[in-house]
Amino acid sequence: MAKNILEMRSITKTFPGVKALADVTLEVARGEVHAICGENGAGKSTLMKVLSGVYPHGTYEGDIVFEDKTVAFRDIRDSEAEGIVIIHQELALSPYLSIAENIFLNNEVKGAFGLIDWNKTNQEAAKLLARVGLRENPTTKIMDIGVGKQQLVEIAKALSKRVKLLILDEPTAALNDEDSDHLLDLILHLKGQGITSIIISHKLNEIKKIADSVTVIRDGKAIETIAKEDVTEDRIIKDMVGRDLEHRYPDHTPTIGDEILRVENWTAHHPQDSTRVMVDNVNLHVRKGEIVGIAGLMGAGRTEFAMSLFGRSYGTRISGKVFKNGEEIKTRTVTEAIDNGLAYATEDRKQYGLNLIEDIKRNISMASLDKLTKSGLVSDNEEFKVANEYRKSMNIKAPSVLSKTGKLSGGNQQKVVLSKWIYSDPDVLILDEPTRGIDVGAKYEIYTIINRLANEGKGIIVISSELPELLGICDRIYALSEGRITGELPIAEANPESLLKLMTMEKPR
Amino acid sequence: MTDIKKKASGPAAVATAPSSGIKDSISHIISDLGKNGIFLALIAVVVLFAVLTDGVLLRPQNISNLIVQNGYILILAIGMVLVIVAGHIDLSVGSVAAFVGAISGIFIRDLGFEWWMAIIASLLVGALVGAWQGFWIAYVGIPAFIVTLAGMLIFRGLALVVLGNSNIGSFPEGYRALGNGFLPSIFGDVELDPLTLIIGAAAVVGLTVGQLRTRHGRQKYGQEVEPLVWFVAKIVLVGLGIMYVAYNLASFKGIPLTLIILAVLVLIYGIISNRTVFGRHIYAIGGNRHAAELSGVKTKKVDFFIFVNMGILAALAGLVFTARLNLAGPKAGDGFELEAISAAFIGGAAVQGGIGTIAGAIIGGLIIGILNNGMSILGIGIDWQQAVKGFVLLLAVAFDVFNKRRAGGR
Repeated sequence: MAKNILEMRSITKTFPGVKALADVTLEVARGEVHAICGENGAGKSTLMKVLSGVYPHGTYEGDIVFEDKTVAFRDIRDSEAEGIVIIHQELALSPYLSIAENIFLNNEVKGAFGLIDWNKTNQEAAKLLARVGLRENPTTKIMDIGVGKQQLVEIAKALSKRVKLLILDEPTAALNDEDSDHLLDLILHLKGQGITSIIISHKLNEIKKIADSVTVIRDGKAIETIAKEDVTEDRIIKDMVGRDLEHRYPDHTPTIGDEILRVENWTAHHPQDSTRVMVDNVNLHVRKGEIVGIAGLMGAGRTEFAMSLFGRSYGTRISGKVFKNGEEIKTRTVTEAIDNGLAYATEDRKQYGLNLIEDIKRNISMASLDKLTKSGLVSDNEEFKVANEYRKSMNIKAPSVLSKTGKLSGGNQQKVVLSKWIYSDPDVLILDEPTRGIDVGAKYEIYTIINRLANEGKGIIVISSELPELLGICDRIYALSEGRITGELPIAEANPESLLKLMTMEKPR
Repeated sequence: MTDIKKKASGPAAVATAPSSGIKDSISHIISDLGKNGIFLALIAVVVLFAVLTDGVLLRPQNISNLIVQNGYILILAIGMVLVIVAGHIDLSVGSVAAFVGAISGIFIRDLGFEWWMAIIASLLVGALVGAWQGFWIAYVGIPAFIVTLAGMLIFRGLALVVLGNSNIGSFPEGYRALGNGFLPSIFGDVELDPLTLIIGAAAVVGLTVGQLRTRHGRQKYGQEVEPLVWFVAKIVLVGLGIMYVAYNLASFKGIPLTLIILAVLVLIYGIISNRTVFGRHIYAIGGNRHAAELSGVKTKKVDFFIFVNMGILAALAGLVFTARLNLAGPKAGDGFELEAISAAFIGGAAVQGGIGTIAGAIIGGLIIGILNNGMSILGIGIDWQQAVKGFVLLLAVAFDVFNKRRAGGR
């Protein structure tokens, strides 16, 4: 048996007008964890789609050698038959089916007369769940378990297909730290059982933690493959962006003024279960020119707080007071919140932030159409002009403002979302995970924009699950746990340890 | 290779430099043709049936009939496309049209309303019907499919109740004009009605001026515009089309009032859908309801008024239909909803919402109308007509899906 389980040789894939992959060679050794990094749009996903047969043999140039033989997959079933299983970033589970049903979907355990043997199905599923360390009943519905556990179900499903090469596309993007750790441990555990993994990830620290080698892709080319002992974050970043990125966070000297927003005793309950407190008596304030962070684990109530504040978009039985420049304001509807100078850029831009089938122009104008309206008519030309100004000032990379936002990369989509809110001219911006799923270069740009907004005297609240990010850009950080503010640290006193301690502080019972 | 270069040269180049060169023009025209595929389909259908019917299709009287016979479907299609863009559907419009037609009969026969009072009151009834359905859809949150399916039964039933299982006939002349009337020939009885030609010419001039102003405005703001040749060619083509219809109408009885109503509606709703905040909000809701909500769009209110509007247009369609037959019957409006929905989809509206245009729906409606009319002239029975229309709907949407998949790239 050769050392390499997989060799992709000189893969070139062209779309009309774009060369997505140019002569990419990838070698994955048997039994290793191989990481692939690159900015969004660099070609990582395309490469994996070539490998898994989404782009069938013949639509690309080059050879794929798997387990010592040249393969020509016509579709994903072909590659799965060989033991290559890809788990996509957006999980492909059916929420209304049970864990066991999902695991054996299209691979059903049959008994007499070709009918499904449910007892055996559940029994087999339980075995697989034990292998991935998930303690759930196989009959539990997918919608009743969290994203972290769903990810494990996906892996169990892959195991049921006798996977030899497991490909994970940004597996921890939607997970909290605890779930991420568990998942990474599992990948190492599977490695012990001889399963090779390819992991696509933006998170450099986790790559360092588990990868045996790292291949960096940039602009459709494989830049280099680095062995474990030579991996440093700086080297990967340099390869990814093609230049040294000395600082991951732009320098910023804040000019902090008077208090601009104060929230007092803010409480919100779960929309379906109104006895469950999701946001518990939160008090916080933001000053002009200040960037305030909210740190908290998944489920701490960060987004719930922000959305309940922003026009009661989340929760029931909401109470509390909001003051802007010392005067009480109401934010009962989104319109009211916007009119009072609030803006909220969501953590989930595809679901809640953008109209993906609409162009950049109309997305930017969405929250401020009134500004473009004269005697009842929206001015198309004015809208075009405004959108173009934002395209330039925010460096949105797109052929024109008439491009559909669904075709932009994550970073550019986020810039469109930010443009929309900046155009609404708010005094306070709440940015929920502003750099989620965005590559390093674009992150830097987003931070620069955030600094610029602060310098203009706006108050900024940044919600993030990445502590380094909060520590890198904020002037002051609140920690949130179980819906309560458990502490507040000026940046000088904040570090990952002190924050984590506050973030995990439990309610006295 | 050139394509890649163009991408690399960046956004600025595209935005500022008006594209020049024959190659660019051609690629623009091709992409434009792709977008206007539905328009080409209309021309193809017209040519096909003009040939098959030995020109009967394009005889003056038939053109006039075509407009009048399809007027109510087109009126419904205008409202329906907005409903569909917002991500809903309305199955009740045929029943509502019948119901309002019946009510208008009651207003005139039993309550002694003047014809114009009856029309206004009937439109109000339509608005109330729309408000009723809008309430359940927007504020209670029941899917439009269910609410309007119920409405389809409810209002069909109520139409029967109102009519007491009989017909109401002989409406006053003012009312009948809605469906049968023509603009008076103020120039006397001549071979070619000058008024019709003047209005046709005015429409062409208006269209040209409007298009020129839009183009100028865009250029002033540095937007990319289509190549001049293509721009002129399109206007000439559409202008000739309008003048051809005008000429034929002039040699028959002049301009049908239904056409005037339609033209006004197309103009108004074209502006509403494109240039007003309300219209923009409809598209925003259809594209991504959550994002629209979080951008301050009052989604419930917009949903509600979309259905109020649909109610009014369904009422208007009912009036036009009743006026045309000079009869309010319990079977009126049967299947209208399906024709209107087909028109919107053939015209490029997306089933998931967010996409669709008034112009597209009108063209879609015209295609259905010409199919109906052409096949009738050919003596094809109602059985095959149905089947053919079904195929056309399927093909049109399949074409659209295919087109989008190709444009979607990766």
